[in-house]
Amino acid sequence: MSLIMEHITKVVGGETHINDLSLNFAAGTFQVLLGRTLAGKTTLMRLIAGLDWPTSGRILANGVDVTGVSVRKRNVSMVYQQFINYPNLTVFENIASPLKLQKIDKSQIEGRVRATAVKLGIEPYLQRYPLELSGGQQQRTAMARALVKEADLILLDEPLVNLDYKLREELREEMREIFTLRKTLVIYSTSEPSEALALGGMTTVLHEGRVVQQGPTAQVYQKPTTALAASLFSEPPINLFSGQVAADEVTFDNQVHFPLNSDLKHLPTGHYLFGIRPHHLSLRPAHPHDLELGVTVDLAEISGSETFLHVKHRETDMVLHLEGVHQFEVDASLPIYLPTHKLFVFTPDGDLIHIPRSAAQG
Amino acid sequence: MAEIKLLGLAHSYLGSPKVDSDYAIRPLDHTWPQGGTYALLGPSGCGKSTLLSIISGLLTPSEGKVLFDGQEVNHVPPEKRNIAQVFQFPVIYDTMTVFDNLAFPLRNQRVSEEKIRIKVKEVAEVLELTSLLRKKAKGLTADEKQKVSLGRGLVRDDVSAILFDEPLTVIDPHLKGKLRRKLKQIHKQFNITMVYVTHDQLEASTFADKIAVMYAGQIVQFGTPRELFENPQHTFVGYFIGSPGMNFIDAVLEGDFLVLGKDRLPIKKELASRLRSLSPQRLQIGIRPEFVRVAKQHHEHALHGKVLGVEDRGTYKILTVELGTHRIKARLDEDQNVPENEVLLEFPEARLKLYADSLLVEV
Amino acid sequence: MQKVPNNNAWLLVLPVFGLVAFSAIIPLMTVVNYSVQDIFDQTNRYFVGLQWFRETLRSPSLHDALFRQFVFTLSVLIIEIPLGILVGLMMPSQGKGATLSLIILALPLLIPWNVVGTIWQVFGRADIGLFGWALNNAGIPYNYASNPSDAWLTVLLMDVWHWTPLVALLVYSGLRAIPSVYYQAARIDRASRWSIFRYIELPKLKSVLLIGVLLRFMDSFMIYTEPFVLTGGGPGNSTTFLSQSLTKMAVGQFDLGPAAAFSLIYFLIILLICWVFYAAMMHVGKEE
Repeated sequence: MSLIMEHITKVVGGETHINDLSLNFAAGTFQVLLGRTLAGKTTLMRLIAGLDWPTSGRILANGVDVTGVSVRKRNVSMVYQQFINYPNLTVFENIASPLKLQKIDKSQIEGRVRATAVKLGIEPYLQRYPLELSGGQQQRTAMARALVKEADLILLDEPLVNLDYKLREELREEMREIFTLRKTLVIYSTSEPSEALALGGMTTVLHEGRVVQQGPTAQVYQKPTTALAASLFSEPPINLFSGQVAADEVTFDNQVHFPLNSDLKHLPTGHYLFGIRPHHLSLRPAHPHDLELGVTVDLAEISGSETFLHVKHRETDMVLHLEGVHQFEVDASLPIYLPTHKLFVFTPDGDLIHIPRSAAQG
Repeated sequence: MAEIKLLGLAHSYLGSPKVDSDYAIRPLDHTWPQGGTYALLGPSGCGKSTLLSIISGLLTPSEGKVLFDGQEVNHVPPEKRNIAQVFQFPVIYDTMTVFDNLAFPLRNQRVSEEKIRIKVKEVAEVLELTSLLRKKAKGLTADEKQKVSLGRGLVRDDVSAILFDEPLTVIDPHLKGKLRRKLKQIHKQFNITMVYVTHDQLEASTFADKIAVMYAGQIVQFGTPRELFENPQHTFVGYFIGSPGMNFIDAVLEGDFLVLGKDRLPIKKELASRLRSLSPQRLQIGIRPEFVRVAKQHHEHALHGKVLGVEDRGTYKILTVELGTHRIKARLDEDQNVPENEVLLEFPEARLKLYADSLLVEV
Repeated sequence: MQKVPNNNAWLLVLPVFGLVAFSAIIPLMTVVNYSVQDIFDQTNRYFVGLQWFRETLRSPSLHDALFRQFVFTLSVLIIEIPLGILVGLMMPSQGKGATLSLIILALPLLIPWNVVGTIWQVFGRADIGLFGWALNNAGIPYNYASNPSDAWLTVLLMDVWHWTPLVALLVYSGLRAIPSVYYQAARIDRASRWSIFRYIELPKLKSVLLIGVLLRFMDSFMIYTEPFVLTGGGPGNSTTFLSQSLTKMAVGQFDLGPAAAFSLIYFLIILLICWVFYAAMMHVGKEE
C-alpha cells in the first residue's frame, strides 16, 4: 500500500497533537517514525490505521481517499507496546484469529499459521497460552498475528519498549528480516535514535506534531537540515552552543575564542549556533586545530563498552561519547578537545548552514 | 552502615524443591561490603527482584542466612531492618503534601516536630523538592514522585541501606539521566550502602561501583563495569554486557591449536594444558565485537568469513560476518571502509577468551 | 473531515426504546396526568391544577413520613458503611477462606426481600422467635409489635443484616485493586495499621465507597417490602416510611390524584440527591 497524508491536523480538547503534517510513503518500504514521547507518533499511527479521524486533512491509500473509513475496512495490522494477545486462546488460535475472521479455508489456515510461527521463532509454543510465555515470546505472538494477515499496511507502535534491553537488541535485528515484504508498507515508531539507525529504511523525525526531517535513515542522521533534527536524531543529543563570528574568529561562552578554519572562513559576521557530535569530542588532542576546553565532570554513564561523559564548561553542558570504560569522579576537572573542523553550523533559528566535510562526503 | 552477607542463601516457592529449576535462587554465598553502590543486573526472571525482597525482609528465604553486619536477620521484619526501599512504581501517600510524605516515617517513629522540620528541609533540598513541599503529592510528575519515595528513605537516620527495584522504569527517558545523577550525588553525600536492581546494563554500569550479574538464580560474576566488560567470567556476562554482546564460537582443541571449522588459532601452552585437564563438554572462544579486527593482509591465523551485512549506527558500523556456522559481529569506526563479499578477520590473542562449559578459563 | 455517519445503529436501539417507552415513560406520563386531576372513578374526573401538589407538600402526615424516612436512611448509612468497611477489611484476600467468606457474605443479598421481612418477623417474636425469646428471657423487655423503639431497632437490624454485605463486597473488591507495593512501602515506613487505613486504603476506596453510599441511600430511601412485612408500618405509624405512606394513599384510599402528586415529589427528591452524588463522583473521578 502506498500512503499519502495531506495537511493532517488533529486537535484534541484544545491541544494540537498533529500540526499540518504531510507525508508520502511508497509501497513496500520500511518507514521509521522517530520522536520523543508526546511527539505525536501514536496519534499519527492511529490516524493512519483508521482508529481515529483527523480534524482536517486527507489520507490516501493507494490513491484512494480513506480518510473517514473505519479501520475494519482497511487492510491493516497493528502491534502495540503492551503485548496484546487473546489470553484465553492458545498461541496457534491467536495467530489464526485474523484468518478466521477473513473466512479463510481451514486447510489453508494451519499452513500459514505454522509458517509465520516458524518465521518468528515461536513454533514450539503453538499450543501454549500467551500468559505462560515470556514477554519477548508474547510480543512475537502479537507480531505473528499481525504478519499472518498479509495486510497492505503494518503498524508497529514502539513494540520493543517493554522488553529487556538485550531482548530488544535481538528482536530488532530480526525485525528488518521479518517485516520486509513485497508490497506491504511497514511503519515503525520509536523514541530511540539508535533503534532507528539499527532498523535503517527511511526515517521521519517528528516533534510536537510536525515533521522535522524525512529521508533515508543514514542520510537524515548524517545531514540534519536543522539543529532540531540534529539534536533529536542522535543519542546522546548533539552538543549545541551559540557563538559569535567576527573577524575570522569564533567566540562562545564569552571566553573561548578560536580562529575560523578554512571551511568556515566564508561565514559572515553574526550569531550562529554551533553543533559538535558527542563522539567527536575526545580526551586527547587528535588534530592540529583541536580546541582545548577545561570542564568539570557532571556524570559518567557507562554502557558496556562505551562511556558517555556529561561535563560542564561554565554555562554550557556537553556530552562526550568515549570508547571503552572510564571511571570519573563527579566534579573532577579535566581538559577535553573539540575538533573545530567537525563543527556543524546553524543559524540562530536552527537552519543548517554548514556540514563538516567528512559527513558531507558520506 | 551495613555490610550485607548472604550465606548458603537459596529460595524456592515450592515446598520441597528437588531439582535446580525448582529454585528461584540457587544456593549462593555473597558479600556486599558496606557503603558501596551495587547493582543486581540480570534479565527478567533471573531472580533479582526475589533476592532484593529477601534482603529487604519482605520475603523470608527458604534456605540459608541473611546477615547484616554479622547479625542474622532472616526473621527480622523489614520495619526493623534499617532499610529503605524505592519501588518500580512511585509510592506516595496521595492525600498528604510532599512535606507530610517526607515526614511520615519520622512521625511514625515519634520524632519531635522540630527535628522533623529540619530533616525534611535538608532532604528536600538535596532532592530539589523544596519548591514542592506544600504541594499535594497527588499532582506530582512520575520523577518527582520517585524522588519523594527516595526522600522517605533518606529522612531516617537509622537507614543503613537503600534498595532500589528498577526505579527508573516509569520515568521519561530524558529525565532518567537527571535522576541517575541525583542518585550518585546522594550516595556521595550520605554514604549509605545502595543496591540497585535492573535489567539495563547502562543503568547498572552508570550507577554501581560493582555489579552482581544474575542468571538463572545464580550470581555469575561480581565486578566493576570494566571487569565485566574486559574479563567476563561466564558466557552469560559476555553476552549480556555490551551492545552487541560478545561473539561466541564453538571450538575443538587439537594440540596447541583451537580449531574453528576450517580455521586454526594458536593458543598459549599453559591454556592448552589447562583445557586438557578440564576436558569440558563444550569449548567456546569469546571475543567482543569491539576487538574483532579486519585483517589488512592475509596471514596464517586470519579467519575467512563471508560478509552478510553492514549496519550504519551513526557513530560506528556493525559488520556481520558468517564464519563457518557462526555469525560474528565486528564493530568498525564510522569512517572505516567495509569489504564487499569476503573478509579476513583477526582475533587479537590478548582479547580472546576461552570458555569451558560456559566458565572462563584462566591461567 | 468527519467520520462517515452510519445510521444503522438507530435501528438496533429501537426495540429498547419501545420497551422503555412502554414500561416506563408512558406510565410516568399517566402519573403526571393523574397528579393534576381529581379522580372519583373512570368517568368523573376534574382538572385541579397544582392543588394536590400544594396539599401534599403541606400535609403533616407526609412531613412525618419524610422525617422518619430521613432518620432511617441516615441511621442505615451511619451503621452500614463503617461496618461494611470493617467487614471488607477483615476478609482474607485469597485462598479458600476468601471464597468461603465471599459466599457467606453474599447469602443475605440473595434472599427475596419479602422473605427477609418474614425471617425477621419470626425471629423477633417474643414467643417463637429466637431473638425475641432470648432477649425477654435475659430480662430485657422486647416487643416490636407494641413498642415503637423496639420496632425501629428490629427494622434497622434487619436492614443492616440484609445490606451490609453489599458494602462489604464493594470494599473488598476495591481493596483488591490496591497494588501490594503500597503495603510494602508502608511497612518500611513503619506505619501503624490505622495509618495504613487512613492514608492508603481509605483514599483508594473513595470511588467505591461513593457508589456504596449512593446505592444504599437510594435503596433505603425507597424501602418498602421488608418493613411492611415485618411491622406493617406499626406500631401505629412509627415505622411507616415514605413509600408505604404513598401506597396507603394510592391503593388503600384510592386517592389517585394526591398519590400521583406525592409520587412525583418522591421521584424528584431522589433525582435531586442522585444528581448531587453524581456530581461528587465526577469530581472524584476528575481528581484521579
